[in-house]
Amino acid sequence: MTIDSVRGATGSGLEPELVQLLTPEGERVAHPDYPLDLTGDELRGLYRDLVIVRRVDREAVALTRQGELGLWASLLGQEAAQIGSGRALGPHDMVFPTYREHGVAWCRDVEPIKLLGLFRGVDHGGWDPAEHGFHLYTIVIGSQTLHAAGYAMGIQRDGVLGTDRAGAAIAYFGDGATSQGDVNEAFVFASVFNAPVVFFCQNNQWAISEPLEKQTRIPLYKRAQGYGFPGVRVDGNDVLACLAVTRKALREARDGQGPTLIEAFTYRMGAHTTTDDPTRYRLKAEEESWKLKDPIERLKAYLVRGEIADTAFLDEVEDEAKRVAADLRKACLELPDPGPEALFQHVYADPHPLVGEERERFAAYLASFEGATGE
Amino acid sequence: MSETLTLAKGLNAGLRRAMEDDPKVLVMGEDVGRLGGVFRVTDGLQKDFGEERVIDTPLAESGIVGTAIGLALRGYRPVVEIQFDGFVFPAADQIITQLAKMHLRSLGAVTLPVVIRIPCGGGIGAVEHHSESPEAYFTHTAGLRVVACSNPADAYTMIQQAVASPDPVIFFEPKRRYWDKAPVDVEAPREAFPPLHEARVVRAGEDVTLLAYGPAVKTCLEAAEADDRSIEVIDLRSLNPLDIGAVTASVERTGRCVVVHEAPVFTGFGAELAARITERCFYRLEAPVLRVGGFATPYPPSRLEDHYLPDLDRVLDAVDRTFAW
Ligand SMILES: Cc1ncc(C[n+]2csc(CCOP(=O)(O)OP(=O)(O)O)c2C)c(N)n1
Ligand SMILES: [Mg+2]
Repeated sequence: MTIDSVRGATGSGLEPELVQLLTPEGERVAHPDYPLDLTGDELRGLYRDLVIVRRVDREAVALTRQGELGLWASLLGQEAAQIGSGRALGPHDMVFPTYREHGVAWCRDVEPIKLLGLFRGVDHGGWDPAEHGFHLYTIVIGSQTLHAAGYAMGIQRDGVLGTDRAGAAIAYFGDGATSQGDVNEAFVFASVFNAPVVFFCQNNQWAISEPLEKQTRIPLYKRAQGYGFPGVRVDGNDVLACLAVTRKALREARDGQGPTLIEAFTYRMGAHTTTDDPTRYRLKAEEESWKLKDPIERLKAYLVRGEIADTAFLDEVEDEAKRVAADLRKACLELPDPGPEALFQHVYADPHPLVGEERERFAAYLASFEGATGE
Repeated sequence: MSETLTLAKGLNAGLRRAMEDDPKVLVMGEDVGRLGGVFRVTDGLQKDFGEERVIDTPLAESGIVGTAIGLALRGYRPVVEIQFDGFVFPAADQIITQLAKMHLRSLGAVTLPVVIRIPCGGGIGAVEHHSESPEAYFTHTAGLRVVACSNPADAYTMIQQAVASPDPVIFFEPKRRYWDKAPVDVEAPREAFPPLHEARVVRAGEDVTLLAYGPAVKTCLEAAEADDRSIEVIDLRSLNPLDIGAVTASVERTGRCVVVHEAPVFTGFGAELAARITERCFYRLEAPVLRVGGFATPYPPSRLEDHYLPDLDRVLDAVDRTFAW
C-alpha cells in the first residue's frame, strides 16, 4: 500500500480554494472577500522587504558554509508568506515564531544579527520578546502554538478586545507541526475560549524529508472546521494575498471574533537546514516547477508592468540589500564569543546557591591553568 | 567476519540483522524511511524492507511512542527513533506512564518489546535541544531498561539484544561518536554477544576507577592514556539494570573512583553510582567518589559547550583530587 493509492489522498497540487491576488505571472486579480488597496509606496515597501530578507537569508547560508554559523534554516521561497503576514501585524500583536521566521522578524524590527546568535551558538536567541512583539524562536516543533493561545487568553482577560489597544497573538508553524499534539491542543484551547489568535501555517510541502502526505489526508486549512473556527488557504507565494488574508484574520481576532487558521501554500526552495541534502528525497523537477511561482519575480513583474517601480528603484533596493548583507556579515564576524561565566547566567531570576557555587568553582578551576605554561 | 564500521553503520547493520531475523521487527520515526534518518542510522532499510516495516511517521513523538505501544500489543517489535534527545519529552507521558508500567498493570500478561533509540549528548555544535543527556529521567522510571552504547561493536550487538528484549528498552546513542570507526564482527552468533546488561572493563588499571557510558567512555580512555597513573576505565553499557558487581569489584581493588557523564551532576546518574559504591565499598575507599559532568544549568549555546562537556582536563582534575584527599 502506498500513500498515493489511499482513498481521499490530497496530492499536493494547487486547489481551487486558494486565495490569490497576484498570479505567478504578476497579474493583479480581485477576490470578493479580500479587497486590498495599497499605495505605490506600500507596494514598493513590500518589494523592498522581500528582496532584503532573501538577501539576508543568502548571506546567512554563505556564512554557514564558511563555518561562521553552525546551522541555518533558510526561508528561501517563503518570503511572501512571511512578509505578507508580517506587514499585516499591528503594534499590539504578538508573534510566536518557529526557527525559520526571519522575514517576520524583519517586520518586527528584530535586527538580523540578533537571529544569528542562536545559529552561531553564542546564545539561545536573546532578544526581548516584549520589545519587538516577537517571541523567541522555538525549535521544539509546535510548542509555541500553545503559548500563543495562552497569550491570546491573556489579551482577552485584559479586556482590550474591540478597543484601539487590542492586539492578537499569531502563531507560526509548519505543515509537519500540524501533527503534533501541542498544535491540536492549541486549536482546541483557542476555539473553546474564542481566543484572539491567528494560526499561520506555512505549508512548505515538506517536513525535512517527509512530504505533506505523511501528515494529512485533507488540505490543512480544512482542519479548522473540525475545531470550530474558520480556515483559509492562501497562495503563500503571493505577498498581497498573504497580507490581505492575515489582516482580516488579525482584525477579526482583535474584534473578539476568535481564531482563524491560515494555511499559506508555499514551498521550501532550499534544504531543510544547511545540514540537509534534499536530493536524497525529492525531485529537482518539483523544485523547478515552484521556481515559476517565485514570490519576488511576480511582484516585480507587477510593479514594473504597472509602472509602480522603475529600474532606478529596483537597483536602489538591490544596493540596499547588499549593504544590509554586508553589515550582517561584518556584525557576525564581530560577534564576541561568550565567556565561560555566561554558562551560569540567567538560569534563575533569583540567585541560586548551587549555580553560584558551580560558577565560582569553575572560575577557580579555569584560573588554575593560568600561568601554567606547560613546560 | 570482521568489518570496519562507524558506530552509525554498526547500528544500521544490527537493525538490518534484527529485521532479517524477525519479520515482526519494525522501524518507525521521523525521516527514518526515505532519508534514512538525519544521522543515516536507518539508511537503506526502507528500500530493503519496505514502507510497511520502515515507517516515516507523522511529526509527533507522543504519537510515535503511543502507536509503537499499540503495535507491540498486536505482536510487533517496534524500534522507534527519536530524532534528537531534546525531542523525547513530548513522548514522556507515553514512555513513563504507559510503556514502563503496562507489564505490571497486566500482572505480567502484557509484554511491550519496544526499543526507543535516542541520539544523545553534545559536542556537535548544534542548536538548543540537540545536545542533551536525559538518561536520568528514564533510569528513574521503573519498568524501563536503559542502555548506552559507546563504540561500533557494541552498537551492533546491543541494538539486536535490545530488540530481542521482552521489556521496553531506552537505547542511547552517543551522537558525536556516530562517525567513530572500529572493527565489528558482523557474523558472530547472537549467543556469543556479551550480555546486554554487563559492564566492561575497557582499560585495566590499579590506582583509580573511571566509570562512564556513552560518549564519555572515549573521553575517559583518552584521559587514562594521557596520565602516568594506572587508571582503570569501565564502560557501564547498561544503566538499568546496573552491573554493580563489576563496579564494586574494580573499586575494591583501586579504592578510588570518578564518575563521568555529560548530564548535569546534580541528581544525575552519577549520584546513584556514588551512593551505591559508598554503601558497598565504604571501608575500601581512599577518597569520596567524585563526579564530573554538566553544570546545574541548561545545555549552553554551542560556543560554550567545550566548557560544559567533561573533557580530559576535567577528568584528570578529578583524578588528582581523589589522590590529594
Ligand atoms: C518535537 C520535535 N520533534 C522533532 C524535531 C526535529 N525537526 C526539526 S524541524 C522538523 C520538521 C518540521 O517541519 P515543518 O513543521 O513542516 O516546518 P518546516 O521545517 O518545514 O518549516 C523536525 C522533524 C523538532 N525540532 N521538534
Ligand atoms: Mg514544512
